[in-house]
Amino acid sequence: MSAVTAPSSSVWDQVRSYSPPARFLPVIVTFALFLGMFGAGGLRYDGFTDPQVFLSLLLDNSFLIVLAVGMTFVILAGGIDLSVGSVVALSTMIAAKTLALGWSPYLSIVTVLVVATLLGTLMGLLIHYFEIQPFIATLAGLFLARGLTYLISVESIPITDQTFSELAFRTITLPGGYYTTWTVVIAVATVAVAAYVLARTRFGRTVYAVGGNEASALLMGLRVAVVKVGVYAISGFCAGLGGLLFALYTLSGYSLHAVGMELDAIAAVVIGGTLLTGGRGYVLGSLVGVLVLGTIQTFISFDGGLSSWWTRIAIGVLLLVFVVVQRVMTRRQP
Amino acid sequence: MTDTLTPPEAGRRTASPVRGPRLVARLLASPLLWPVMALVVLLVVNVVATPSFLDVRLQDGHLYGNVVDIARNSAPVLLVALGMTLVIATRGIDLSVGAIAAIAGAVACTRIVGAGDEGAAATAIMACTVALAICVLLGLWNGFLVSVVGIQPIIATLVLMVAGRGLAMLVTDGQITTVNNDTFSNLASGFVLGLPLAFLVAVAMVAVTGVLTRRTALGMLIEAVGINPEASRLAGVRSRTIIWTVYVFGAVCAGLAGVIIAANTNSVNANSLGLWIELDAILAVVIGGTALTGGRFSLLGTVVGALFITTLARTIPNIGIPSEANYLFKAMVVVAVCLIQSPRARAVLRVRRTAPVARKGNPA
Repeated sequence: MSAVTAPSSSVWDQVRSYSPPARFLPVIVTFALFLGMFGAGGLRYDGFTDPQVFLSLLLDNSFLIVLAVGMTFVILAGGIDLSVGSVVALSTMIAAKTLALGWSPYLSIVTVLVVATLLGTLMGLLIHYFEIQPFIATLAGLFLARGLTYLISVESIPITDQTFSELAFRTITLPGGYYTTWTVVIAVATVAVAAYVLARTRFGRTVYAVGGNEASALLMGLRVAVVKVGVYAISGFCAGLGGLLFALYTLSGYSLHAVGMELDAIAAVVIGGTLLTGGRGYVLGSLVGVLVLGTIQTFISFDGGLSSWWTRIAIGVLLLVFVVVQRVMTRRQP
Repeated sequence: MTDTLTPPEAGRRTASPVRGPRLVARLLASPLLWPVMALVVLLVVNVVATPSFLDVRLQDGHLYGNVVDIARNSAPVLLVALGMTLVIATRGIDLSVGAIAAIAGAVACTRIVGAGDEGAAATAIMACTVALAICVLLGLWNGFLVSVVGIQPIIATLVLMVAGRGLAMLVTDGQITTVNNDTFSNLASGFVLGLPLAFLVAVAMVAVTGVLTRRTALGMLIEAVGINPEASRLAGVRSRTIIWTVYVFGAVCAGLAGVIIAANTNSVNANSLGLWIELDAILAVVIGGTALTGGRFSLLGTVVGALFITTLARTIPNIGIPSEANYLFKAMVVVAVCLIQSPRARAVLRVRRTAPVARKGNPA
């Protein structure tokens, strides 16, 4: 666990014998994988290593990054949230419908975030106070959100609001002629805030404690109830925010948006090195996990010969590798 | 249920108090009471909305009517839920059944299209056999990850859930494959002795499973593994083999369901075949009274649960609500069922009851 302290005083020896703390190892492995994949792509395809490719990676996956952040909280606390894909669809639908009704875009955004957070809180309350398994409670959330979406409208509703389209298309010019969008800024800011909350606040510490051992956390007098309900509220909020980003990305609200996106979010978190049993992992890892998933997609779009379904197979294989490696690692460290 | 502390055998035999062997008392204590009542309530709602709802008429030697339709449509969910019941009884869960159903449908359809004589009965039988054989392999894979590698069931089966639809697309080459084979489409829309063949297949599977689990020790062993894997292993139960077996069984059931769904439309769309059927199946199991924490299971409960879900899907358009609202009602059912099963909610309810009822209650 602790860093190796080399007895010799030579700086080179210290550098050579330095090994990162074991808790960072999964994130480092994922990051190495990401770099390796990007490097391999650069060797195979022209223009793959262009920084703009990396920036579009962030742009095309901004909603997934936000979802993965929320999912990281839930999984760290030892739970799981299956509802996020449906909540994304619900959010796009609420945004599209309220805008079509002529609401102010800001009111519409607030409504989406409040509804999504409320849904998450509700599931958290069911899970904590009625001891319903997270899997089944969020399954109910999945059906509920999807059902509400259908109830609002079965057809796809386009978003034509001025503020929304401006936010979607406005680019930020970076030095060197590259550009990015505000959705990327929002996603990266979410990661930063989440990383701060998990590492530096009492709430974040308690999340790790509850995920590590709920009974011990309770005996230590930690506020288990607040955290267990809180993580689902956070996940709900992130799903709402992710839904808004998705609405900006597609400029429409549709009840069949984001089917199965919860699987991508869970896969990204696992690939990012977070232990599915809870208690260990980092938001930064989940970010890299999303980037790995995105790189697979970029690979397939650069290579004209591969069909799109290889994405799912590749994600499945990666998931398998990481789960097995996790299993081996946790077996070694009791 | 709350009495997981008692051994399964004892719990099952003494579920009703012996001193009052009246039929009513026994019925009231039956775990099937709530699911059956829910189903009856649904049917009553339907009859109120459409008085002719329960009518069944005989035409061309087949039975026709809403009830027959429900029986026919319930076959896929019933099959998947049957396999899921045993998996859940061992404390596991199988999320990959929808993907497995898609793979089975894809394999069966592409085999039929690729065969020399597309319309022959032998072609259909061969194609279904190959599809089910592949499902056995997929089940072996899931079982291997869970029982040998020791990965949590949710995660282990998530791998195939994510990759499975990609594999099914690989089989169909991303196309919606359409088949022309009478034997194959009879599997879903055919009738035998006036009853839908698909329903008969599902019922036969339930019957065989019932005999295998309740007339041999297999059911007790499965419950033992679900209640305490370590203790049952120390008692000499081969829990690894048992777990492996239930995942293979679950995959075969899912494959059969996939073939029936494909036969129903005479085509396969790898993206949508069996989408969310795993969730419906889990819902059916939970409605039937099998707790997700493993241990005791009820096959009859699962049958009632599957019928309930199919009836619900029929009820909603019948009472004039758009059928898309189905999901909303399912969510309410999930929450209601879980609250009824939740110890905390039960404790709240028990306080309100009279004291004698509370005394003869559960050991908890």
